[in-house]
Amino acid sequence: MTSSPVALINARLLDPATGKETPGGVMIENGLIVDIGAKVTKANAGERTQVVDCGGDIVSPGLIDMCAFIGEPGASHRETITTASRAAAAGGVTTIVAAPNTNPPIDGSASVDYLMRRARDNAKVRVLPCAALTKGLAGAEIAEIGLLKEAGAIAFSNGPTSVVSSQVMRRAMIYARDFDAIVIHRAEDPELARMGVMNEGEFASRLGLPGIPREAEAIMLDRDMRLVALTFGEGQQGGHYHAQMVTTTLSLEIIAKAKAAGLPVSCATSINHLTLNESDIGQYRTFLKLSPPLRAEEERVALVEALAGGLIDVIISDHNPQDVEAKRVPFSEAEYGAIGLETMLSAGLRLVRSGQVSLGRLINAMTVRPAEILGLPQGRLQKGAPADLIRFDPDEPYVVDPSRLQSRSKNTPFDEARMEGVVKLTMVAGTIV
Amino acid sequence: MTARAPVFPHRHLLGIEGLSRPDIETLLDMAEEAVKVSRQVEKKRAVLSGRTLINLFFEASTRTQSSFELAGKRLGADVMNMSVATSSVNKGETLIDTAATLNAMRPDLIVVRHQHSGAVQLLSQKVSCSVINAGDGSHEHPTQALLDALTIRRNKGRIEGLTVAICGDVAHSRVARSNIILLTHLGARVRVVGPSTLLPAGIERMGVEVHRSMETGIRDADIVMMLRLQRERMQGAFIPSLKEFARFYGLDEDKLKWAKPDALVMHPGPMNRGVEIDSAVADGPRSLITEQVEMGVAVRMAVLEALSQNLPNG
Repeated sequence: MTSSPVALINARLLDPATGKETPGGVMIENGLIVDIGAKVTKANAGERTQVVDCGGDIVSPGLIDMCAFIGEPGASHRETITTASRAAAAGGVTTIVAAPNTNPPIDGSASVDYLMRRARDNAKVRVLPCAALTKGLAGAEIAEIGLLKEAGAIAFSNGPTSVVSSQVMRRAMIYARDFDAIVIHRAEDPELARMGVMNEGEFASRLGLPGIPREAEAIMLDRDMRLVALTFGEGQQGGHYHAQMVTTTLSLEIIAKAKAAGLPVSCATSINHLTLNESDIGQYRTFLKLSPPLRAEEERVALVEALAGGLIDVIISDHNPQDVEAKRVPFSEAEYGAIGLETMLSAGLRLVRSGQVSLGRLINAMTVRPAEILGLPQGRLQKGAPADLIRFDPDEPYVVDPSRLQSRSKNTPFDEARMEGVVKLTMVAGTIV
Repeated sequence: MTARAPVFPHRHLLGIEGLSRPDIETLLDMAEEAVKVSRQVEKKRAVLSGRTLINLFFEASTRTQSSFELAGKRLGADVMNMSVATSSVNKGETLIDTAATLNAMRPDLIVVRHQHSGAVQLLSQKVSCSVINAGDGSHEHPTQALLDALTIRRNKGRIEGLTVAICGDVAHSRVARSNIILLTHLGARVRVVGPSTLLPAGIERMGVEVHRSMETGIRDADIVMMLRLQRERMQGAFIPSLKEFARFYGLDEDKLKWAKPDALVMHPGPMNRGVEIDSAVADGPRSLITEQVEMGVAVRMAVLEALSQNLPNG
């Protein structure tokens, strides 16, 4: 990094590790945070220093999104690394963990290498590949976890599907443990979820749509916890299991029990499941057709409480761009997924405004907590940390206008929604992007 | 070759388990003598003259079977090889039927290899002759462990106190189990090294140190013993690929630098060159692999001779 020093002054500094907000500034040099606090002022900045007056806005670490689909390779009509990174920068996301379910899947060191080179040349934010846990994401054979990790894979997942075979999952987990590799798993029993297109219950029945019971998630997650106990449990060194998305109270009970037993487990939920429920589908709005499906309101409330209490570690965007044609079809035939990189912060701020979650915890779940799980140095507001920072005004209102979104696809569930919270500056490694 | 051979108080050799340290040392000492005999022009002895030895191999084998055949012939026995095609054998009952049939032919010694753990022991209960286990499933391969011990002892002068790293597919290896029992019995420090998917559950309770990385596993080792990777059933199931296995667990010259400067390399064969062992190491100056084959014949001569002393009219 040879960019000139930058001073962000006159800000409310939010440290997501402690949740504390203090007035002051941040001094950035050579891509790193070199000083923080009240002493960082315009007067104390050197003459080469670019000074940004934040006007009392919040400055926090940039967000780390542990699961986003970024289109490359194979789906550049939906998203590209360029457009995904613009969307991320606009939304205050400075690190994207790219999902492996591309075409072809990220299951070989050459594809990791490809993705990293594409990101280096085209992305404004950091893009870290999450590689496939099994070859071709087929759930049958362990992927080359050692070679993939050497090539730069930050974690391993089976994309949006579960590894159904318990034998394969067990072996993949113990093999990953040897390489200190994090296993991220999307738990859903595909048999129980098959045919379903939304949450099972009254709403689905009224709409005449086949449902997916909460148990589809719980059964697979419960199995996974037993495998975690078997492979990462007592007497074993290392290993970490991260549940990619929990969306039901049943899952929360399972995670709580596993954590109480001291198992190396963490979990995330999506911003959609925290802020929307099944009734938002209304009259077959396909932009709200998600996997796992949006749940009942009481489930959503429980997720928010679990986030506030720390049982849910991380919030992800679950950014899943779909082109218009894939959504402009009957609900049952529409693709799953919604974009989320640009709106995850302002959507999350709704929970702060309603008093259910503190601002510190919200930002913690999007910065330092994912950084801890992934073993990353960024996501922290401290001296020596990478200068991945954002400035935002949590109260500034705006209306989501799909035509102004940076993502290549416009399938936002917050179409025309009134939001508060505008990102005014995004900095990656000391450079304003 | 005049001295009366020392006493070996067993009717069968089904495994290293159950042998005492003096039993093992007796066999190794007898094998030393057999090495001398095998290096003479006149290799033939009359110890097993008039005796019948049957090689009964339910699993394909080249080196073990020919090694036993040669050992039997050098001791003067009549040797018959029976290779039973796996496909035509309906396990269980057929094994016992086969045993009864062979027993009726009144052999003195039967050497058995079988794909199922415990099958050789079962057979031994049904015959009146001596039975030698030439490998049963993933259980034991006692003559391999004995020949490995002999090779080590001849090159290092001792076994006690040496650090031996057994690397690779420990889970499916009968060679590993027999070696672990034998080497720990004789006072070596034994380590097993491999990915967790290839290490059997509870292995640490067999008195070995468990290592998941080659770097820690073979650091300062005196002997690096590589195991054969059964590639046909490995890929994707226990390891992601041969390429990845070779990268992290294959022994090449770079990894061998972690071991002691005078460390020696062993492999029970047949080797997967470029997978668990690199050719430069396998054929290099620190390789004992061909010597192991020579010691194999000697150890099998010793075992046959020792067991023959306990045969009726012996």
